[in-house]
Amino acid sequence: MRFGVVQFPGTCDDRDALLACRQAGEAELLWHGDADLRGVDAVVIPGGFSYGDYLRVGAIARFSPVMEAVTAFARAGGPVLGICNGFQVLCEAGLLPGALLPNLERRFICRQLAIEVVDAGTPWTCALAEGQVLSIPAKHTTGRWYAPPELLGDVRVVFRYARDANPNGSTDAVAGVASAAGNVVGLMPHPEHAIDALRGSVDGLGVFASAAAVPAGA
Amino acid sequence: MLPGVQDAVALGLTEAEYALVAGKLGRPPNQVELAMFSLMWSEHCSYKHSRKLLRTLPTEGPRVVMGPGENAGAVSVGDGLVCVFKVESHNHPSAVEPFQGAATGVGGILRDIFALGARPIAVLDSLRFGEPDSERSRYLLDRAVAGIGHYGNSIGVPTVGGEVYFEDAYETNCLVNAMAVGLVREDAMIRSAASGPGNAVVLFGASTGRDGIGGASVLASAEFGADDAAKRPSVQVGDPFEEKKLLECSLELLERGLLVALQDLGAAGLTSSASEMASKGGVGIDLDVARVPLREADMEPFEIMVSESQERMLCVCAPERVDDVLAVCAKWEVHGTAIGSVTDTGRMRILRGGEVVGDLPVAGLVDDCPLYDLAPERPAPGLYPPPRAVLGQEATPRDALLALLASPNIASRLPLFEQYDWLVQSRTVRRPGEADAAVLQLPGGGGLAVSIDANGRRVAADPYTGTAAAALECASNLACAGAEPLGTTNNLNFGNPEKPHIAWQLTEAVRGLGDACRALGAPIVGGNVSLYNEGLEGPIYPTPVVGMVGELPDVARAGRLGFAAEGDAIALVGWRAAPSLAASELAKLRGEPLPDGLEEIDVAHVVGVQAAIREAVRAGALRSAHDVAEGGLLVAVAECCLAGGLGARLDLGAPAAPATPWERLFGEQAGGFVVSGPSAALTALGERIPAELIGTVGGDALEVRLGGERVHAGLAELRAAHAALAALFT
Amino acid sequence: MAEPDGRACVRARVLIRPKAGILDPQGVAVEQALPALGFTGVSDVRIGRLIELELDDPAQLEAMCERLLANPLIEDYEIVGR
Repeated sequence: MRFGVVQFPGTCDDRDALLACRQAGEAELLWHGDADLRGVDAVVIPGGFSYGDYLRVGAIARFSPVMEAVTAFARAGGPVLGICNGFQVLCEAGLLPGALLPNLERRFICRQLAIEVVDAGTPWTCALAEGQVLSIPAKHTTGRWYAPPELLGDVRVVFRYARDANPNGSTDAVAGVASAAGNVVGLMPHPEHAIDALRGSVDGLGVFASAAAVPAGA
Repeated sequence: MLPGVQDAVALGLTEAEYALVAGKLGRPPNQVELAMFSLMWSEHCSYKHSRKLLRTLPTEGPRVVMGPGENAGAVSVGDGLVCVFKVESHNHPSAVEPFQGAATGVGGILRDIFALGARPIAVLDSLRFGEPDSERSRYLLDRAVAGIGHYGNSIGVPTVGGEVYFEDAYETNCLVNAMAVGLVREDAMIRSAASGPGNAVVLFGASTGRDGIGGASVLASAEFGADDAAKRPSVQVGDPFEEKKLLECSLELLERGLLVALQDLGAAGLTSSASEMASKGGVGIDLDVARVPLREADMEPFEIMVSESQERMLCVCAPERVDDVLAVCAKWEVHGTAIGSVTDTGRMRILRGGEVVGDLPVAGLVDDCPLYDLAPERPAPGLYPPPRAVLGQEATPRDALLALLASPNIASRLPLFEQYDWLVQSRTVRRPGEADAAVLQLPGGGGLAVSIDANGRRVAADPYTGTAAAALECASNLACAGAEPLGTTNNLNFGNPEKPHIAWQLTEAVRGLGDACRALGAPIVGGNVSLYNEGLEGPIYPTPVVGMVGELPDVARAGRLGFAAEGDAIALVGWRAAPSLAASELAKLRGEPLPDGLEEIDVAHVVGVQAAIREAVRAGALRSAHDVAEGGLLVAVAECCLAGGLGARLDLGAPAAPATPWERLFGEQAGGFVVSGPSAALTALGERIPAELIGTVGGDALEVRLGGERVHAGLAELRAAHAALAALFT
Repeated sequence: MAEPDGRACVRARVLIRPKAGILDPQGVAVEQALPALGFTGVSDVRIGRLIELELDDPAQLEAMCERLLANPLIEDYEIVGR
């Protein structure tokens, strides 16, 4: 299993995502300026502040050359995971439903949270169990996921903040969603920061292990 | 038209200094030269009032890789790795515009770290504001915290620790100090010394605007009046996205071996960076200001030379490498321009196109600023007004405990730390609030522990002892994490040193810092001085902020502060005599005036206690360790309860005369620790150092017996009191 | 207006604001702060962005807004002062 981790100017959690992917397989960085995914089996768009979050979170990064390749890869069923800023980029790119709005408290919040797995049918959650609660940190200023009411019914929710854990006021406590086909998943919490008990939790490992457990080409 | 002596005085030089400048040039300086001299000879760049004192500090040790004088200090952490660190202030800019002031403070200290080729791995901050019942203080706090978070979070460097105190003495002169820590392979470090006449000088990063013109000499070295609104246009604006690109670009330039020297642009902009690079290398530099990319087209040469626009770096490379350097810049979408060259003239020559607009001797500019002797004089007691009383004489120990936990200087810092990313880069083994020091994982299983501390009130009461206590407190924090100090950085925030009583505070503080760091074996490898911190109502509390880095062999055994297991024994360790209430947090709540002098600290004893704690933590013998600081024993135990979510039952026996129950419960003194673990382990610790078994972990309340006194407070009550700062951020 | 090279150059402004119905916490905060300063009778505060740009072909502005400058899911845009 070979993961590719996309690096934009302003990406911060790229090396963290590499570390996490390497717990489940091989991993390499993909440069935003190359419209070439170098044959990786799965793509991770990590957290950070691509293009400084200027204009609107994720709005500029989605137009970089690598995103053309990611879009084609996703449309062909390839597994794509967007974490935090990566989630924002995927929403801006139209690969995931909804948009991310500023936190209700208008502040950056960095906190260890309880996250419930709602849909274990995606390539990023298939090694997890529905109803399982993970301890994973989140850290963001713009994490309030929103979808217009008329679209809400069709959204595949993959993760929810457990009771009282919603840090940003997202609709229905949504922490992560998937594309209709399930292969593209985005979430605000950072599973790549929950891969080592020394640093607080190993509950994020299952996300990467899930992708590695999916047979190539499936 | 040539500027005259009155212009020099307006720029902050004395008449005598102006005459010296003219002597060095052999003629009166022109505008460019005068602007450059006035900045390089300002307190901020020349340390002219503090350099002689700073020379008394211990700066050498077996682990020191780089001492003071470079962009930051560096100590070896084994395996060929070097830890680079420094603390710096951004006080006056933060008082004018707290968000940008704090943000650019973080940006500036980060550039100091990657200017050495190190990847910044942590930020800590040290903040001082007036009491939070003042609207202005709440505003400054809110915006400064947001600014630190904005910059650190956006650039992907974790903010892993810090401290904040609230005292009336900081009401109009807040302090914003930021410390950064970096990591680099020793063989990959780069210095700032320019060399090789004919080599190119390349400026890269943001374009140059009129930001902070006069900032270093006006903003950083002048006392504050009521007209700070008028200074707003010259405040620098930070762009963490630009700096993130600059960081990655700089590290890639070094990784590819393209550079001869690297330097950041900070206070005094191009003037300071270029002339210091030339001075360190013993060479000259020619710069063409016409080649500097400008944000505003009509800038004068002197403005370009002194601009403090943020997010810029200057490097020296071989002429045949310029294209490669610019290609790396282009990859990172960073603007790079060759703006000059290294010469063998020993002079800084400033050109505009073909015209020479400034020509100065490097040595005169950088090294020849006159140094001044201080005229210290011990002030009469009562320099600072007593704090406002908020706790009446009728208060019970329980009232005092809850009031202390809720006091802004003690209450939980979580509402601040939650606004910072403390986990990016995947090294944070002890996050804020988990241990007395932050602990960061190193490759190979070892770790770094970092701490920052200062208690201005104690320094105001006794500059020598108070400053020594701050250094000892840092080392105590490290010991609780299981770490041994490797090196120290400091930022001396003081008032106007030309006043004898401030000179005395400064002199005594530096003596205390030096003595403590010598005893700790933690040499001072870098630092900064911020003088003239005076507001309308007088000088700030003298605030020498001390940052310390230590190492621990095994991060899996890094200590924690919270009680961990029901039934564990609790011991109070380290003190040979009852602590005192003098200058304590309780005394402040009671509105007591500052004492004139503090009890002397037996530094060698404290260092020995720290060693014993450190070894016990490293051996895994203790389940928790926490140093006793503001609020004394009972507050320390309450903090252990809250961090671990467990109660405690203490039996403190009868108070031993002459100490009162109040001193026993809330007295403060260096070198005290609350530890928990199996009682056999605590007894073993007691064979090396003073240790008194005082109770047991368990239950959902803190219960204390002291002679006839009883204190009982449920965990929920303690937690509610401790959460007081949350209300400041709603 | 014309550039030195003769191209037509138009200055335009785009106002972007949260769509009706989208909670705007910044706007709420300002709305709550105003009465504390004695300004009463203020409601429905919305905080958005103003983008100023110079461009050769103003006909493209609409498409720019749709594709990059605004996110139509959560934001409305208005082209003013063309």
